[in-house]
Amino acid sequence: MIPIENISRRTFLEKLSAVSGGLILGAVIPFRHTVASPLDPSLDSLVLNLFVQIAENNQVYIICHRSEMGQGIRTSLPQVVADELQADWAKVQIIQGQANSDYGSQNTDGSRSVRDFYQVMREMGAAARTMLEQAAAARWQVPVEQVSADQHRIVHSLTGRQLSYGQLAQEAAALPIPAKESLVLKPRSAFNYIGQPVQIVDMHDMLTGSAIFGQDIQLPNMRYAAISRSPSLGATLKTFEAKDARKVSGVYDVVVMPDRGKPVSYKSLSGVAVLANNTWAALQGKKQLKPVWQHEGHDSSNYLQGLVSSVQTPGQAVLQRGDFYTAIDQCADTLNATYTVPYQSHLPMETPAAVAYFHQGTCEIWACVQSPQATQQTVATELGIDPKTVKVNVTLLGGAFGRKSKPDFVVEAAYLAQRSGSPVKVFWSREDDIRHDYYHAISAQYYHAGLDNQGRVTAWLQRTAFPSYGSLFREGADMPSDGELSMGFADVPFAMQHLRCERHRAEAHVRIGWLRAVANIHHAFAVNSFVDEIAVKTNVKVTDLWRQLLGNAGTVDPTVDGFNYRNSGKSLDEYPIDIGRFHALIDLIESNTQLYKTLPKNQGWGFSIHRSFCSYVCVATKVEVKNGRVAVVEMHAAIDCGLVVNPDRVRSQLEGSMVFGLSIALMGNMTVKDGQIEQSNFHDAPVTRMHQCPSVTIHIAPGDKQLPGGVGEPGVPPVLASVSNAIYAASGVRIRDLPVNKHFRI
Amino acid sequence: MIKFSLNGKNVEVDVDTDMPLLWVLRDELKLTGTKFGCGMGLCGACTVHMNGQPIRSCSVPIASIEGSTITSIEGLPGTSQSDAGPSETNLHPVQQAWVQHNVPQCGYCQPGQIMSAAALLEQNPNPSDEEIDQFMSGNICRCGTYPRIRTAIKSLAANHKVE
Repeated sequence: MIPIENISRRTFLEKLSAVSGGLILGAVIPFRHTVASPLDPSLDSLVLNLFVQIAENNQVYIICHRSEMGQGIRTSLPQVVADELQADWAKVQIIQGQANSDYGSQNTDGSRSVRDFYQVMREMGAAARTMLEQAAAARWQVPVEQVSADQHRIVHSLTGRQLSYGQLAQEAAALPIPAKESLVLKPRSAFNYIGQPVQIVDMHDMLTGSAIFGQDIQLPNMRYAAISRSPSLGATLKTFEAKDARKVSGVYDVVVMPDRGKPVSYKSLSGVAVLANNTWAALQGKKQLKPVWQHEGHDSSNYLQGLVSSVQTPGQAVLQRGDFYTAIDQCADTLNATYTVPYQSHLPMETPAAVAYFHQGTCEIWACVQSPQATQQTVATELGIDPKTVKVNVTLLGGAFGRKSKPDFVVEAAYLAQRSGSPVKVFWSREDDIRHDYYHAISAQYYHAGLDNQGRVTAWLQRTAFPSYGSLFREGADMPSDGELSMGFADVPFAMQHLRCERHRAEAHVRIGWLRAVANIHHAFAVNSFVDEIAVKTNVKVTDLWRQLLGNAGTVDPTVDGFNYRNSGKSLDEYPIDIGRFHALIDLIESNTQLYKTLPKNQGWGFSIHRSFCSYVCVATKVEVKNGRVAVVEMHAAIDCGLVVNPDRVRSQLEGSMVFGLSIALMGNMTVKDGQIEQSNFHDAPVTRMHQCPSVTIHIAPGDKQLPGGVGEPGVPPVLASVSNAIYAASGVRIRDLPVNKHFRI
Repeated sequence: MIKFSLNGKNVEVDVDTDMPLLWVLRDELKLTGTKFGCGMGLCGACTVHMNGQPIRSCSVPIASIEGSTITSIEGLPGTSQSDAGPSETNLHPVQQAWVQHNVPQCGYCQPGQIMSAAALLEQNPNPSDEEIDQFMSGNICRCGTYPRIRTAIKSLAANHKVE
């Protein structure tokens, strides 16, 4: 049997760790650089500290400060450090960093871990290496130019003497940390690990069941809580049966969860918690509660009709070039279309779970969170305690997709633990996860293009309406934010003379949250569907039409046309919207597929391309439509993400994005009736299964010369229209309202 | 008291007889390798072997386990026992194939996937592509590792030709 307490001190690093006598590096590479979070640009800042520890037994400990949810970050960023450090990867162990602002941003979202920290990690590794070299040179009394680092040792070239990192650690630790400007980084030709498909560090644990996720934390005397939560925003609890719940064997308490008011932010929902000695008893107790709620009556179907109606009318312009409304009247021909995408649920395989324990003046937390510092802050604020007393240990995340950026479930655990002498685990069932998500916004888009008498697009209008995630943080926020409009809407990379983008009001009636690729999901679906419709109308190959619309190589700057473009937290100088890279990607996918070869009846290819999170992805999908059923047969995705740190993880993220995107395209449809989510588990909230998964081929564009771009999310947005465009090609049926299973069996 | 064999050892538990095997494993016996995903037998994360057959442990009450032989991921032959410490080389062939093909992403569904795949190959050493898809369609992966699971299982099929 494994020990009851399955957490080791080694797994979660304290700020000043007790690796006795070892070299602890950090602190003195100040690097102040504002990184925009999806929410508030002033919240995040990057300061480097404490990423490398070397023990006298020659083990190198590299801290991963970003959350691991399957993207491989516990491997990718450490392999950068290890490369510059000239460490032997076999002697490297990864330690997960706790919530600690010294690390800089730990908000693992926005596909930015590598692009934000690649340079920083190189510097951390190089700094450590430099100090080891200096320590060896001092001990041997030789000039430092005569020593070099190689595979976990410092070697003196003239004599062949060598010392291991473990042997040098103590002396190196006493040296001042070198100035950033003095660091010498390796040339790319000398990379050992960067660019290599290094195996994920958690492979063995994941395969043998010893990997610890948020759901797996066990502490002595731990209690289990199952909570019956408010079914909709602003609902009031009228009655419930505590007596019946308490009668269940194993249940020892029933606690009302407070209403934390608005704005909802990351606050826990109101409800009733059942506390028991094991999960099953807590769940059985919760079944006995029979709560009665009074709540508002949001209806997603009616609401969507409202969005559709609103985008038929002019909205508020956020970008204009030329004069669309005048130009459109002079066009020889026009086309317009309205597209809708329903609410989506994150549905990570691991439902939310958190353990909290108040002890020795500390609120200690173990949770599967994407944002440990926001977790620390939210718990402190909601419980009225000093954030310095809140310790957040980050476990592995069994999938997240943005759900676990919102630590409402941790507030629940902390609240219940505060009232208890024991550790408390809050367990979310699948029903809880589906009914109390932060949903991807339901949306409607309207596109209107004008063509000249040669069939070329000269005027382009797009309107978007969807409830903003801003509604979480500001009551009454009812306009899509600049951040959301920067995701595939106002950054359309087109060269036509007249371009206009408008947004519409949309009140939020459920908790809206960011879900893998966020507003890119519906914007990419709409623009790629509309381009396909124009291609069909003008009898032009869709890839050729894209080439025409993109125009000549160069860059696009939406600020020129009046839009406050966010560019995923990066400057347009560093990460321009590069038309040439779009063209190169289209060429890449065309040369690896046969998009225009005549196919058997009922089969068709669909094409889609999108830039998001500073990377470019195009997807080509082949479907077969027969007897009212759609089968997705083959998918090809090409990504240009610039420099690649771990090509195997890039490939796996793209493969996964295809499957994830298919779930949204084919069957993603969360609906609300009488204020409550109608779905409850995988039978009515289905996701892609093995038998629905096509063959998938990923092509990675050579990107050494470019800065690293995002990888976790960019594969998702182009999937949707590639599927619906393929369905049109195969069947003549144009789907403008997702999901596909409203129109065909899947 | 319910008595059964678990990973080669005799076990006795004193819990409510309707408690599903999943929660007996996780909460009572502290074996957290078997995962919760849905509680309704729809996702396969909780897959273990009962007398050699794959079952969804979230939906089987412990009363039905009396006298059975249960294997969880921790006890898959080739996996070292926990108190001996993990060994890189002591893996079941399915686990070895998972390593070779770099299957996992977040890893959460993988114990269930591996238990299902092991059961499939035990029953059918040379499954066709359709048989693999149908058998494994009960195991959901939200990270989308299906293409690699397929490749890994095919590499273990009896008639697999090494390229």
